[in-house]
Amino acid sequence: MTLDELKPGGWCQIKRISVRDRLGQRLMDMGLCPGLHLRVVRNAPLEDPMEVEIEGRFISLRHTEARFVEVEGHDQ
Amino acid sequence: MTNKKILVALAGQPNCGKSTVFNALTGASQHVANYPGVTVEKMSGSYRYNGRTVEVVDLPGTYSLTSYSPEERVSRDFILHEKPSLVVNVTDASNLKRSLYLTFQLLEMEIPLVLNLNMTDMAEQVGVVIDTEGIAEHLGVAVVPTSMKNGQGKKALFNAVAAAAEGGRKAAVRIDYGVMEPFLRDIEKRLADETTMPAFYPARWVAIKLMEGDGETRNLVRADSPRAEHLLRFTERLRGDFESRFNEAPELFIAHRRYREADDIERRYITPGRQAVGTLSDRIDRVVCHRLLGPIILVGVIWILYYLSIVQGYHITNYTWPLLAKIRSLAEAVTPQPGFIEIPMLRALVLWFVDSVNALLNYIPILFILFGLIAILEDSGYMPRMAFIMDRFFSRYGLHGQSTLPMVLGGIYVGGCAVPGVMACKGIPDERSRLATILIIPMLNCLAKVPLYVLLINIYFAAHKAWAMFFISTISLLIALPVSRILTLTILKDKETAPFVMEMPPYHLPTMRGVLGRATERVWLFIRKITTIVAAVAVVLFVLLQFPGINDERQVYYDAKKDKAIADFLSQIEGTPFADDLQGENLMAMILYWKEYKNARMLTKGPEAMSTLNATYKARNPVFFRIVQPGKDKVAKQANRAFKNLYRKRQDLLREIRKERIDNSFLGRLGRWPEPVTRFAGFNWRVNVALLSAFAAKESSVATLGALYEPEEEGEALEARMARGEAGFTSLHALTLMLFMVLYPPCLATSIAVKLQTGSVKWMLFSMAYPMALGLVVAVAVFSGGSALGLTGLQAMIAFYGLALALTVATGLLKEKERYS
Ligand SMILES: Nc1nc2c(ncn2[C@@H]2O[C@H](COP(=O)(O)OP(=O)(O)OP(=O)(O)O)[C@@H](O)[C@H]2O)c(=O)[nH]1
Ligand SMILES: [Mg+2]
Repeated sequence: MTLDELKPGGWCQIKRISVRDRLGQRLMDMGLCPGLHLRVVRNAPLEDPMEVEIEGRFISLRHTEARFVEVEGHDQ
Repeated sequence: MTNKKILVALAGQPNCGKSTVFNALTGASQHVANYPGVTVEKMSGSYRYNGRTVEVVDLPGTYSLTSYSPEERVSRDFILHEKPSLVVNVTDASNLKRSLYLTFQLLEMEIPLVLNLNMTDMAEQVGVVIDTEGIAEHLGVAVVPTSMKNGQGKKALFNAVAAAAEGGRKAAVRIDYGVMEPFLRDIEKRLADETTMPAFYPARWVAIKLMEGDGETRNLVRADSPRAEHLLRFTERLRGDFESRFNEAPELFIAHRRYREADDIERRYITPGRQAVGTLSDRIDRVVCHRLLGPIILVGVIWILYYLSIVQGYHITNYTWPLLAKIRSLAEAVTPQPGFIEIPMLRALVLWFVDSVNALLNYIPILFILFGLIAILEDSGYMPRMAFIMDRFFSRYGLHGQSTLPMVLGGIYVGGCAVPGVMACKGIPDERSRLATILIIPMLNCLAKVPLYVLLINIYFAAHKAWAMFFISTISLLIALPVSRILTLTILKDKETAPFVMEMPPYHLPTMRGVLGRATERVWLFIRKITTIVAAVAVVLFVLLQFPGINDERQVYYDAKKDKAIADFLSQIEGTPFADDLQGENLMAMILYWKEYKNARMLTKGPEAMSTLNATYKARNPVFFRIVQPGKDKVAKQANRAFKNLYRKRQDLLREIRKERIDNSFLGRLGRWPEPVTRFAGFNWRVNVALLSAFAAKESSVATLGALYEPEEEGEALEARMARGEAGFTSLHALTLMLFMVLYPPCLATSIAVKLQTGSVKWMLFSMAYPMALGLVVAVAVFSGGSALGLTGLQAMIAFYGLALALTVATGLLKEKERYS
């Protein structure tokens, strides 16, 4: 599944970044690196963008961007 | 020891405290902002240590060193081309692992490096323990822990910088890219064989960048070698090979390896602390980004911003305006005195100049408060939250979450200023959205447009004032949003876009020093950059308004009128004891005396002050005073009446001359020239002239109208004069005029700001041309359409509002083209 499908409060592990160039590089640079675990913190009042916590850092991104983060959901 | 200057670059991720370190080292007060990427330009300062001058450059904070964003390009190019003696890599000690991602990239650029672990106080607080010696040994660089906010570790950093500058580069670690190593070796070999690159740049770094597919590095190769294309095709093939063999894009693989290396270092040398970091910020965000409370708080913040800067700031101008008025009176005093109807050119020029500059300087209290509040928003960390909340809405119109603040400043409701609005666009990372925001801000309701709205609404929509005001306050947004959408779908279609992905930094308490420092700095920037240019153009406008002036024939006519007025006056006071005192020179002196006295009286309050004032003037000239204040004295009363009559005749003459001069002036002709077109919008040449003069500053439109519609009696309000002067004017005329004002091209100061922010004269000219065209089209459509349908201004207003609303909704629903595939 992909990150944009996750609901606030959901946990997952990043499997793969499926986009390259500018967006792929940016996601990696901001710390969304395969293997790491993250938590979806909340959605913005208008549902988009979303905010995630990864390794103590809070990152916000649009759902259209989160679609390229392949994840595997889990509890905690 | 050589005497060569040491050049030090400060590099690090956003918010790790680079600017704080910079200030501590150099003692300069430089931006300290809790907003990722606020330092888009680099700043430099210097200090002396052990007899050597060290120049320090504060680079923008970046997470990485790709060529995708301007900040990253600025930082990278500086290190690559300016070749600093060393880089101080500032990092956040409480979260060192993620900072190392950038550290490795700096090390790959093979430049001497000092690793500064800043914010050790924070690290201690959460219980992070770092084996600094271990890391120093592992990486092969000096490691200096500091807590710069409290000034701790400054000395050690000074020493480390001096030592590193002496020592030059030592062998530092290099990341092992594993399965990619053979690919890198192939590229390095080709670089050595076919280009001169290795002489100027670290070859391994170039190879890594080419594997990443970095655009700027490809350009470097192109600039170096005639056989570049050949080589670049080769590297592209390698990239393809790599991806098909290992099923991972090379640039992602490289990033991944860097994180693995950072992980490794963390495991060996860092004892992790409690996972407590960020929880306070998270708790705050539960409220600030809440579905319902979030938007309410946002509106509240905007309201406070308006209230304090526009409303309260305006109050302060009541106190500062007299200062500016003093400057004007001083100018009045030192320039050649006016004659009965002759205004010396020098005097007119100086006063015009002072008035133009004063009009802008008058905004300084407002701007100071505004900039201070923005600094607080930036430092506290609220700005990214604002972007988070508004992004969904704005992105529908091709704008960005970070367009929120610029638009608020520009005047989303009534009363903003486009200049700070345009300047605040700097932080928007997405080039397309940034340009769109810059281009629509001038359409919002800046404070200076309001006087014209109020004037027209009072005359033509008197029965529906509140509704008309609501219409004009909100229509600008309903026009700006669709326009932005259309611009981003057409002209701006091919501009670079950037991912939204951004960090939400923890909240900080802003410091007094930081906030005041930045507010002062930005106001100063405003004065320097904007006011000087506005002053220059004011002179040009003056020339356009003054020349060619009154022709000889008319001058003779006016002189005759003047002589007659004076002769009449003298005959009226003949035989009185005043007759002798008001001959020749003295008459003019009396006129100035009268004027000064009247002005002074207007500013004086209370009976006591009034009697002192009277005493002063009496002492200055007892004879004149008797005419001014005749009391029960019959003869003096007669003189007083005669003089008043003369004084009014002079005012009329002056006004008539001024009007004729404007009519004749180059600007007046310029106003007549588009009349054949503007006729369809209902604008006659007078309105055209007023609109043209609004370019210098929007409030000029009302001032010019004031000059064009002469009052019949002293003190008649402009409303009445205009209503009489334009008997044929209807509410439909007024509506089109207001709509045209909404769409009016940016004023001079804003145009300069647009040029500064876009870095291009072309965009500045475009930002002036398209609203002009659009404004004309809208004005003609509304006026001609409204006239054809026989609509009143109010009906046309309602119809237009409905259309604009529908257009806004429609463009907002347009499906966005897929950005990524
Ligand atoms: N606790 C603590 N806070 C610090 C320290 N150094 C800086 N800060 C704070 O960290 C925040 C960011 O500091 P800046 O100096 O603006 O960071 P920067 O790296 O220049 O940020 P950008 O220019 O946006 O990349 C400010 O609120 C500083 O007061 C420190 O040693 N300890
Ligand atoms: Mg900074």
